[in-house]
Amino acid sequence: MLVPVKWLSEYTDIDMPVDQWVDGMVLSGTNLETVEYFDKGISGVVVGKILKIDRHPNADKLVVCSVDVGKDAPVQIVTGASNMKEGDKVAVALDGSHVPGPLHGKPKTEEGETITAGALRGVESYGMMCGCQELGFADKIVPVRDRDGLWILDDESFVPGTPIIEALGMELPAVDFEITPNRPDCLSMLGIARESAATFGKSLRYPETECRKVAPEKSGDYIKVEIRRPDLCKRYCCRVIKDIKIAQSPWWMQRCLMQAGMRPINNIVDITNFVMLEYGQPMHAFDIRTVRGGKIIVDTAKDGDKFTTLDGQERELSDSILMINDEEGPIAIAGIMGGLDSEIEGDTNMVLVESANFLGDSVRASSKKLGLRTEASGRFEKGIDPNLAKDACDRFCYLVELLGAGTVLSGDVDVYPNVEKAQTLKVRASRINHVLGVDIPAEQMAEYFRGLEMQVSLDGDIITVTPPTVRQDLLIEEDYVEEVARMYGYDKLPVTIPRTPDVAGISRKQSVRNAAKDALLGLGFSEFQTYSFVSPKTMDKVRVPEGSFRRQFVKLINPLGEETSVMRTMILPNMLDVLATNYSRKAEAVRGFELGNTFINNGKGDGGILPEEKDALCAACYGPQESFFTLKGAVCEMLAILGIKDVEFSSVTDNATFHPGRCADISAGGKVIGTIGELNPAVTENYDIQTRVYACELDFASLEEMADTTHRYTPLPKYPAMTRDFAMVVAEDVQVGRLMKAIRSHAGELLEDVKLFDVYRGAPILPGSKSVAFSLTYRSSERTLKDAEVSEINEKLLIALKDEFNAILREM
Amino acid sequence: MIDNLKAMIDEAMHRLESVASLEDAENLRVKILGKKGELTEMMKSMKDMAPEQRKEFGAVANEARTRIEKTISDKMDYFRELKKQAEFAAETIDVTEPGIVTPLGAKHLISITIDEISRVFMDMGFSVAEGPEVETVFNNFDALNAGPNHPARDITDTFYITDDVLLRTQTSSVQVRTLLAKKPPIKVIAPGRCFRCDTPDATHSPMFHQVEGLVVGEGITMADLKGVLDSFAKQMFGPDSRTKFRPHHFPFTEPSAEMDVSCFKCGGAGCNICKGSGWIEILGCGMVHPNVLKVGGIDTEKYTGFAFGMGVERIAMLKYGVDDIRLLYENDIRFIRQFK
Repeated sequence: MLVPVKWLSEYTDIDMPVDQWVDGMVLSGTNLETVEYFDKGISGVVVGKILKIDRHPNADKLVVCSVDVGKDAPVQIVTGASNMKEGDKVAVALDGSHVPGPLHGKPKTEEGETITAGALRGVESYGMMCGCQELGFADKIVPVRDRDGLWILDDESFVPGTPIIEALGMELPAVDFEITPNRPDCLSMLGIARESAATFGKSLRYPETECRKVAPEKSGDYIKVEIRRPDLCKRYCCRVIKDIKIAQSPWWMQRCLMQAGMRPINNIVDITNFVMLEYGQPMHAFDIRTVRGGKIIVDTAKDGDKFTTLDGQERELSDSILMINDEEGPIAIAGIMGGLDSEIEGDTNMVLVESANFLGDSVRASSKKLGLRTEASGRFEKGIDPNLAKDACDRFCYLVELLGAGTVLSGDVDVYPNVEKAQTLKVRASRINHVLGVDIPAEQMAEYFRGLEMQVSLDGDIITVTPPTVRQDLLIEEDYVEEVARMYGYDKLPVTIPRTPDVAGISRKQSVRNAAKDALLGLGFSEFQTYSFVSPKTMDKVRVPEGSFRRQFVKLINPLGEETSVMRTMILPNMLDVLATNYSRKAEAVRGFELGNTFINNGKGDGGILPEEKDALCAACYGPQESFFTLKGAVCEMLAILGIKDVEFSSVTDNATFHPGRCADISAGGKVIGTIGELNPAVTENYDIQTRVYACELDFASLEEMADTTHRYTPLPKYPAMTRDFAMVVAEDVQVGRLMKAIRSHAGELLEDVKLFDVYRGAPILPGSKSVAFSLTYRSSERTLKDAEVSEINEKLLIALKDEFNAILREM
Repeated sequence: MIDNLKAMIDEAMHRLESVASLEDAENLRVKILGKKGELTEMMKSMKDMAPEQRKEFGAVANEARTRIEKTISDKMDYFRELKKQAEFAAETIDVTEPGIVTPLGAKHLISITIDEISRVFMDMGFSVAEGPEVETVFNNFDALNAGPNHPARDITDTFYITDDVLLRTQTSSVQVRTLLAKKPPIKVIAPGRCFRCDTPDATHSPMFHQVEGLVVGEGITMADLKGVLDSFAKQMFGPDSRTKFRPHHFPFTEPSAEMDVSCFKCGGAGCNICKGSGWIEILGCGMVHPNVLKVGGIDTEKYTGFAFGMGVERIAMLKYGVDDIRLLYENDIRFIRQFK
């Protein structure tokens, strides 16, 4: 809401610097967006009067003007403009002046333009006569008459030589306030003035609405109104004006509109906009010739009806859209836009001005259905007090008379079936103090309420309050708590610490997650965060088979695009996007992980309507030092830190995402918890990664259940250990994992640890075989082992391995 | 005889002077003092001397032995030291060469920021709650007192899965879950992902993070709200931070406020970060609306509470000077490692 400070001071006193006033408004609840100054970048520009216009001797498209700029002698200015005549007043940028620009036909620059004297096609020019845009006014607020050419200042108040900003009366800025949706009443000058008056303890001045002289004929002689849908139209008030004289509005009204961000058009349209900004009540003017049968009927349209709005568009109607009709058909879409046929034209003599109140929800629905939003519809949607309609209508007529734009007929036609009454409420001062943590006397609170134009009576602790009907946001006691708080000042409320018993902590899930993250960070994996929504095509890119549960997406109805249209079922595709980005940016090696939600479309979430959300962990890496085993090592270390027991890796050859010879399922306690492997080159190709990538995706939700991060002390060994190292030759397909498992089971309880320390292929080992070397540690917690008993165990073990795997002991 | 001894000693001392290595010294020691050394041999001859003569001879020989031993030992120490020095010189390294390290991974800036915020509130006795990203319209809007025509419900603002299910637009939905699951006193924060229909640009992202907070108990006041959030600001942004509470509007709080923090770059003087105002808007907050408490069946006469919510990306970007929100979701490893 753009509020010109000068205009606002018509309704309440603002007797302080603007900055200070704004600060006060912000603290009482009207938040600031920006402050717009109109003198920014303007210097040396004055009002000038064109005395004489001569042809340019050397150029057909230029003229030479003699301009009175308030000095002893007129100055000579050459211009290419053509919309002025002798006697017109304009803004003149004198030699050495500065304007914000953009200059006609040039782009806007940050620093603006300096105007200097010079010769134009051989004729001296001592400055520049300005168009409105050249003075920095946005194109959308330039008066419609002067959009292309000089800005003609045809008000008597302009005196040649006066600095332009002073002459325009634009020394004060316009303040753009952020109006929250609960305060539609503040979308008006009077609403802001009411807040200002209450904040600074000033009075509020209402505008004049009473015409001095009205025609003896009555509005009711020309027009009848019938509301057929009182549920959608709360009030319809109108008046008739005759002898309309369309003209330019006086400068003061144009100034108000321009500073408030609206374009001056002509007196009747300008008054409509002026009253709308003043009261917040949208108005509409019809040429009464087009109201057939002299009757306004407010009713919904019929399905399939067609109607052409004043923007020239034909629109299809439906039976939920409220229309303004005459005896023969629609003439306007209620609260949204008038019809092309009923527009005010140059020869309009008699006007019907409508000041009505339409139900916000109905206007919203119609506006949505038609895809047509206007200033008026936006205001109706937010809610307008129906009691404003008559005041606004009268104010319109008053201004018509004041501007000499027509003769107002006596009386009005006002159909208002259910008069909106103010809502009285009893509030407790003690409760207000209790919620705020203060001790404000009830009388002080009553004073705040009175300042906001509320009717107040006080009975001990009980304050009976009746707000003005424009305040549709005050419904319950808490609403009054806020009124007291903001008038008292949020800044003056004390600062205390609540006395509540604390039960701080994080859940088991959260602590397992933190432990996993810390482990991976320590292992050199950086953390990524990617979108929870992805493209369904990601499943093709990572070669997830048709029919997999991972393709049963939770789908968005209204995604921004296909790229973010379904919720992810695994993190790997996001991980590959990130690796691809880094790979394309020449990162030589990357280790990363993401721990986050995946969404399984199984209705196992709340109430059977939400999907199951499961934590998943994806860790991946590429780079010259990386291999399947570097990733496996990191994953195992993390699992160990989480206290996951009985972790096993079993080779998987049919997972299309991975290399068939380098992929494993990971299980813990017999349950598969994830997959690890080198990605299939077909997948990395899909991501334009030309290097081997290793990745692991874990069902982290299961790990959260299995994790055991508690630690217990085990006594350190008292007796020495004995080691036995041996190497043996086995067939290539004998997996180390199986050998180690066998060693553990055959070596018995005295085996403390077994380590693989070498795998060798090549001469003298025959092709198809490999040599694997283990180091076994034996120890008893009760005694020192004898060499012979360990040797005996080891011998038996070697025999068992020979039987089971045909493992041949190598000489060391 | 004694003259022979003295001549031998002088000769020995002379030879000792020209010793040039540890080996020379050792050889000389054997030659003079060894079992068959020159001095040793001479001393053996003493047993045949007259007592008078033996006494004088013995004194000279013993003194000489001590002197020679000492000289050889000094020489040997000297050469040993020389050898050690040479070894050190050979093993000298360039200490300015880089160290060898397996670098730690770097936490994502979003996580860093959430952890910082959570730590501050946990120190004030808050627990950490969670809720799903795919939420019910009831938990995200209805129960939070957002009217049926609230603009945020619009399909142009909120991502929907069905008419009743959406991607949560705010972590405030966890307020509702908490109120339904717990009885007062309640003191929780809820960090998490949120979603709104914003096309990505430098300041918008369709996915972002919030941290929500909720305190409900007997006698909880708006002054308590100010106290907790002012304390948060001082711990998060520095002990000299000041806070400003401005009235605002949220459907689920009444009274409502926005909190500004004095600019942590310029301290309030005005700069490009705070757009010259000296203040930075950090969070929205307010006293929990009775309609929201009633959802959890809470007696609104007995209990009051406050709630707050803040944007994690905004705080991270302001605090660390990140100028484009898209950097956070691009995951360029060079960006992530800047915050390790």
